[in-house]
Amino acid sequence: MHSGSFDAQYVAHLARIALSEEEQRKLGDQLAQILNYVEKLKELDVTGVEPTAHPVPLANVARADEPRASLPAAEALRNAPAQANDLFLVPKIVE
Amino acid sequence: MDYEAAIGLETHVQLRTKSKMWCSCANAFGAPPNTQVCPVCLGLPGVLPVANEEALRLTALTGFLLQCAVAPLAKFDRKNYFYPDMPKNYQITQYDKPSTLQGQVEFEFEQKLARVRITRAHLEEDVGKSFHFDRHSGVDFNRAGVPLMEIVSEPDIASAEMAYSYLNALKDILTYGGVSDCDMEKGMVRCDVNVSVRPQGQKELGAKIEIKNMNSFSGVRRALEYEIPRQIAVLKSGGKLTQETRRWNDDAGITETMRTKEEAHDYRYFPEPDLMPFVPSEAWLDEVRQRVVELPLARKSRFMKDYHLPATDAEAFVNDPDLGNFFEGIARGAKNPKAIANWVINNLRAKMSETQTALSHLKFLPSAIADLTQLVDSGKISTKIAQEVFAEMFATGESPAAIIERKGLAQVSDTGAIESFCNEVILANPKSVADFQAGKEAALNFLKGQVMKLSKGRANPNVVGELLVRKLKG
Repeated sequence: MHSGSFDAQYVAHLARIALSEEEQRKLGDQLAQILNYVEKLKELDVTGVEPTAHPVPLANVARADEPRASLPAAEALRNAPAQANDLFLVPKIVE
Repeated sequence: MDYEAAIGLETHVQLRTKSKMWCSCANAFGAPPNTQVCPVCLGLPGVLPVANEEALRLTALTGFLLQCAVAPLAKFDRKNYFYPDMPKNYQITQYDKPSTLQGQVEFEFEQKLARVRITRAHLEEDVGKSFHFDRHSGVDFNRAGVPLMEIVSEPDIASAEMAYSYLNALKDILTYGGVSDCDMEKGMVRCDVNVSVRPQGQKELGAKIEIKNMNSFSGVRRALEYEIPRQIAVLKSGGKLTQETRRWNDDAGITETMRTKEEAHDYRYFPEPDLMPFVPSEAWLDEVRQRVVELPLARKSRFMKDYHLPATDAEAFVNDPDLGNFFEGIARGAKNPKAIANWVINNLRAKMSETQTALSHLKFLPSAIADLTQLVDSGKISTKIAQEVFAEMFATGESPAAIIERKGLAQVSDTGAIESFCNEVILANPKSVADFQAGKEAALNFLKGQVMKLSKGRANPNVVGELLVRKLKG
C-alpha cells in the first residue's frame, strides 16, 4: 500500500461517513501512512504460524440457554429518534 | 445446443433454543414488537455478547446429521453492512472457520437416491423484522440475535423440482433432529438460491445469479422454473449472462435485477473481537452425538424392511414420528404388522383428528390394536365388525375381547345358522339367483351382501360365499 493509493472515498462510503474533499485528502494520507507502517509486519517470516484472531488464550466462553427478562418496550425505544406502535421508525427501506 | 442448470442453496434456519444467540432475551415467535430486546441485541455500545451453548450444540448436531466434519476450532467474524434491521451494523457470523464442513444430504428424488454435497453449516444471528408504511419503515428487533444456522450446498442441484425435494429433505432432517421447528409460516426457514446454466457437458459453471430472500420452498421452485429458462434463452439468443443478484417477484412470477456485480456488497469481514474461538472437547462432542437421531430416509427404509410396509405407509410414519413410534411399540414382534399399520394409519389417525385426541390421551392400551388384528386374522370377527369394536374401544378404552363378548359380536362360522340365512336370501331374491345361474358372477356378491346384512355382519363371509355357491350350483 502506498500513500495516495488509499481510496478514502470508498472506505468512507462503506462506513456511511460523508467527507469533504479536503477531509478525504487529509484522512486518505493519514490512513495510507498508518497502513504503510503496518506493512512493516510483512517483513516477518510467519510461515507455519496460524493467523491469530485473539491474543488471549481463551476459548469456549458460552452461557446456558436460559431466557431472562428483556427490557420493556418503552425503555428499549427510549433513545429512538422516531417511533410508532412500539416500532423503531426509519426512512422507508425498499431494496 | 442443450443447456443444464447448476443450483446451490444457502438455507437459513432458526435454531430451536429458548434464548437468543448472544443474550438471554427469549427466542420466541409472536411477542409484541420490541419486547424481547436488551442492550446486547439492540446493538447498544459497551455490551458483550456471550455465545449460547445450546446453539453451539445444535450446530454440531447438524454437522453430525449431515455427515459433516465438525471443526476442531471455530471462530466468529463480523460481516459489516448497513441496513435498518441490523442494529449493530454488522452481523456476527462465521467466515473462514465455520463450525462444520463438508457433508451431504441424501434424499429420494424421481425414485432414485439423490445426494447433494454440503459445503458448510455455520452459526450466525438473525436480524430484526421490518414493516413498511407509506413514508416510513418500522423495525421490530425481537428477532434480532435469534440463533440462525446457514447451510450452504454445493451446486449439485439440477432442477427446480430437485431443489424443492432437497429443501424438504433438509427440513425433515432438521425437524427430526430437534435442531429447528422449521415453521415456514413463522419464517423459520429462508433461502438464497444460486443458479447458473451452462452447455451440457461443459465443466466450468456459468455466471452465478443469486436470487435472494426466498421464504417458501414452493417459491424457490417457481423462481427456478422461471429463472432457468430465462438464462438459457439469453444464451441461446447470443446474449451474455453476468453475475448479479436478483429478487423474486411473486405477484408477477418473474425475477428482477436487484444489484449487479459492481454494486455487490463489500462486507469487510474481520474476527469478532468480543467472542472467543470455540474448541469443542471430545467429551462435549460425545454428549452432542447422543442426540443424533435416525434420519427420515433411513427410518423409511427400516420401516419397509422390518415391518414389510409399502412405501406410503412407511412415509406416513416418517412424516408423523410420534405415530411411527406408537406403531413400532405395537408392531415389534407382532405377527401382522401391515394390518396394524392399516389400523393406525387409516382408522386411528382419522378418529384422532375427528375427536381432537392426542396419542398421549388414548383411552385404550396400544396392544389392543394388535389384539384386534389378531381377532380378525383368526376369524373371530370380520373386518367390518372390527370397525365397530375399534370405535367402541377408542371411545371407552374397553378391550376388544370384552366388547365382542358383551355385545355378542363374535363371527358366526356355524354353518347351520348361516345356512338358514342363505335360504332366506335365496327365497327373497329370485332374480339375482337366476342371474347368477345364468353366469353373472356379480350377482353372487349381491346375495352375499344380503346374507351379511341379515347376520348383522357377524357371518363369516368366506363360509357364506361357499355355502351360497354350493346351494345355487347344486
